[in-house]
Amino acid sequence: MNAPKAAVADDSKLSIGRGFRLQWEPAQNAHVLLYPEGMVKLNGSAGEILRRCDGARTLAQIVADLETTFNQTGLAPDVQDFVAFAREQGWLEVAA
Amino acid sequence: MIAAVSPPGPPLWLLLEVTYRCPLHCVYCYNPVDFARVEDEMSTADWVRVLREARALGSVQLGLSGGEPLLRDDLEEITTEAHRLGYYINLITSGVGLTEQRIERLKAAGLDHIQVSFQDSTREMNDFLSHTRTFDLKLRVAQMVKAHGYPMVLNCVLHRLNIDQLDTLLEMAERLGADYVELANTQYYSWAHLNRDALLPSRAQLEAAERTTQRWRERLDGRMKIFFVVPDYFETRPKRCMNGWGTTFMTVTPDGTALPCHTARMLPGLEFPNVRSTSVRSAWYDSDGFNRFRGTGWMKEPCASCDEREKDFGGCRCQAYLLANDAYTADPVCDKSPHHALVTAAVAQAQAPRAQEFPLVFRDPANSRARSQGAPVGG
Repeated sequence: MNAPKAAVADDSKLSIGRGFRLQWEPAQNAHVLLYPEGMVKLNGSAGEILRRCDGARTLAQIVADLETTFNQTGLAPDVQDFVAFAREQGWLEVAA
Repeated sequence: MIAAVSPPGPPLWLLLEVTYRCPLHCVYCYNPVDFARVEDEMSTADWVRVLREARALGSVQLGLSGGEPLLRDDLEEITTEAHRLGYYINLITSGVGLTEQRIERLKAAGLDHIQVSFQDSTREMNDFLSHTRTFDLKLRVAQMVKAHGYPMVLNCVLHRLNIDQLDTLLEMAERLGADYVELANTQYYSWAHLNRDALLPSRAQLEAAERTTQRWRERLDGRMKIFFVVPDYFETRPKRCMNGWGTTFMTVTPDGTALPCHTARMLPGLEFPNVRSTSVRSAWYDSDGFNRFRGTGWMKEPCASCDEREKDFGGCRCQAYLLANDAYTADPVCDKSPHHALVTAAVAQAQAPRAQEFPLVFRDPANSRARSQGAPVGG
């Protein structure tokens, strides 16, 4: 069951998966993903990545935005890992 | 002893039972047996206020249930307000009464998800299994649900009288184009408890159903996801009921009573707040009803010193009361419970082929009224 996660290409446009909704919950001080009869509470980085997956931006653009916003470099591998995981969970869809 | 009780988090899950009226008569219904006592349903304005107050506390998952929630003609209005407030909205319905016009309006109002129950059990089930007309009705509902971009989620409650037809049920689910099928074994509360001797399956039936489920999973290869919920009577540890009393869930009944679970109203000696006269905040944080079984401080032995007490919180209070007549005792499903023999005896009895037929009590207003007089509320 440990098949390697399918890598997501840099020019892929990412959006939140069908049936899921991302929103900020002040009561939990966190972004959450809502889905039928369930909820995932996201940690800070997961929330920052997912809120940028608006169906318009590519993975490369999202990484660039994160690096600028948080004044960091070399985030691509971590973001790619998370994006591949999130896609497996159905949290993200790849448009093209 | 240091009091280290942290305040509870918000009621993340809010279930509104907007009506007890229902076109079906399911013999396993979890609505209180004396539901017919409740005649005054809350108004639209009341429900909207509950939605607003709970959302302010942090509620985010919303269930619209009943009875049959589609019997409220203000369901669209309630949905609109819930969506505006930011809830993720799940409609739990039999599909009876769902029309093209209503689903369009609900979709426009912001409904996120629909779960359709099989119209089930004896009266309706026989009809369903043998009549194309009823199947056609379900097929229309399934097509409507899918045409509006919702996944088709079917819920089917399993019991002794239908579990042997699981193969037929799953075949129908496939023909309906279901994306998810939840096979929920009956839980023995309320009407299901009244009918337990007729509904509890044998171990052999249960194992056959698990094999059938597995066969279908292999054949479908992920196309239609099947969830199988094992009945707790066949376990040796109790369920972590409602994720812990007053930790996550709030149910509001048609007349505005706020409860920590669907069936808690049956418990004697507890006062539950009514959100017509109490704020949702006060109901959740301050009421005796919600505080009574929070945490582990209320526990008796064997729970009080059990190293699994934080794992399952002693199981279900309603089941402890129904079976052992003591809401403070361990859930008799647990094999550490001094009352565990009550569960094993029921299961043992279910192994025998029926020498006699157990009469079924259908969930309808007449049966409800007949069982309301002098009976403990909700018992």
